[in-house]
Amino acid sequence: MDRLLLIAASFCFLFGFALSMHALGARVAHASRANFVAILSGFIFQSAFLYLRGEQLGRCPLTNRFEVLTFLSWSLVLFYLLTGSTYRLSLLGLFTAPLALIFQFAALLFPDISRGTVVKGPANAWFEMHAAVSVLAYGAFALAAIAGVMYLVQERQLKTHHLTSFFHALPPIHDLAVANRRLIFCGFVLLSVGIAAGFGIGSWHSHLAKIAWSVGVWLLYGFILTAEWRHRLSPRRGAWLSVAALGVVICTLWGITFLTERPSL
Amino acid sequence: MEILCFGLSHHEAPVELRERFAIPESRAAATAWELAKQDALSEAVVVSTCNRVEFYIATESAAEGFASARRVIAANFAEPEGFFRHAGPRSIRHLFNVVCGLDSMVLGETEILGQVKKAYGAAHEAGATGRNLNKLFQRAFNVAKEVRTQTKITRGAVSVGSVAVDLAEKIFGRLSECHVMILGAGETAEMTAGALQSRGVKTIFVANRSYDRAAALAERMSGRAVRFDDWTREIRAVDILIGSTAAPHHVLTAAELAPVMRTRADRPLFCIDLAVPRDIEPAVNDLDGVYLYDIDHLQNVAAQSMAARQQEIALCEQIIERHVGEFSEWLAAGGKPPLFGDAEAQRG
Repeated sequence: MDRLLLIAASFCFLFGFALSMHALGARVAHASRANFVAILSGFIFQSAFLYLRGEQLGRCPLTNRFEVLTFLSWSLVLFYLLTGSTYRLSLLGLFTAPLALIFQFAALLFPDISRGTVVKGPANAWFEMHAAVSVLAYGAFALAAIAGVMYLVQERQLKTHHLTSFFHALPPIHDLAVANRRLIFCGFVLLSVGIAAGFGIGSWHSHLAKIAWSVGVWLLYGFILTAEWRHRLSPRRGAWLSVAALGVVICTLWGITFLTERPSL
Repeated sequence: MEILCFGLSHHEAPVELRERFAIPESRAAATAWELAKQDALSEAVVVSTCNRVEFYIATESAAEGFASARRVIAANFAEPEGFFRHAGPRSIRHLFNVVCGLDSMVLGETEILGQVKKAYGAAHEAGATGRNLNKLFQRAFNVAKEVRTQTKITRGAVSVGSVAVDLAEKIFGRLSECHVMILGAGETAEMTAGALQSRGVKTIFVANRSYDRAAALAERMSGRAVRFDDWTREIRAVDILIGSTAAPHHVLTAAELAPVMRTRADRPLFCIDLAVPRDIEPAVNDLDGVYLYDIDHLQNVAAQSMAARQQEIALCEQIIERHVGEFSEWLAAGGKPPLFGDAEAQRG
């Protein structure tokens, strides 16, 4: 049943993406609204899954790669739902839907090893907070990368003077740069909280590799933010870095998840 | 009942002829009323814009209708020579084409819809319209709305000024915080700056080799004149730079602009070069955050938009033809069955 919820969510994201692509070609009005509804439906299915799984486990459902990737997809969509309407970034949904779908589909490829396991006792509260807030941070970074890709697409069209129908559908380049910066800031704050909570778990000296990875990501995004604030980094380079950093984050997350799945946790 | 349409438009009449029949807004309703009170005519609407003077009338007999209207126009203006004449479905089709912008000088422009609405409103208030023309014009506005939403006929900017405004909005979003600087005092630059001003830009600086001309233009645009030797100092605050000087060389080079851009990395600069020879070195487009469009680039974008609009004509005509058929049937049936879509037209 719970896996079916995620399959339904995947179909919603796929439908939202297809709808946006069709609307982009046909320039149908209210396309972004239909896309929003499709993504919102997927989010509801994901939330239902996470709620049921949380009830079953008695803890935040972040116990294996399947759950972590689902939570990451959910975080990405959460930020899209919050940010998309705030900045009125049309077509953000077009880019969000496939990435959410990729995360969700990747999650479904992994064996769900928590299924049918005995409900564990209450987890370490610091660990719960550390894991949940960190994955939320990665969701913000993922959406920042999406805004970065949109910025680069728009920037290229403006620079080359070759304006396609995509150009008219994309948001203003300045808004994309601002969204990219704010999402990185938001993710950075969340990651800081996540790392701080990680130190509260105790026995942190036994997870040095994890801590080193997390601090590395924190420094990477800290560098991007500082350089942008000090006007040392153009929005174009900021956009490129946010996309590249997401690749690093995914690797980081992979490493963290690998470690959390070890029996010692 | 027959619907007739006759008049002059930019297609067949030069401005010298159109101006002889131009009807001021204050007289349009009275003229419509005078037409409508003729024995052979029952209803009338007069549409008069800079590109057309058109009379729409409802009559029982086309021949008598044309003759009667001709007498009124000759008595009030001049002998109507060279007027086009449409009757039946052709007159209905013509009105639908006009309100959709298909008959306009700039294909797909939307200003004409407002002008026709105004002309119809004035005739309606004067009591010159009745059941037939009310239905016809309401249907026409409905068709215009449908064409605008179902096709791309109004999409994209088709003039240099509007392309510049569109691009500025795609770079900055809202223009209310943007500062504009005009180099030179050319007419196209003034028009482009005027288009930007109409979107609410914050400040306009004008720099020209003749300070008096800069001051005069700045006064017209409620801006601020800057001495030409000082304009590079102001560029740090500028978001949109319009070049239109008569200088034979570049007045802004990439080497000059690069250090300025390093101090404002998060703020883009949109350079519009309207000058020939060009004022701004093309290499500035390679700098991060700088977007340079010269007159050819702007005209190319406008031409692309126009080509895209032209591709939509067939789709527009399909929609129009369906409505022409429906309205003609309704008219032939004596206006008995209610017309589908009229409720929407009244609401819209």
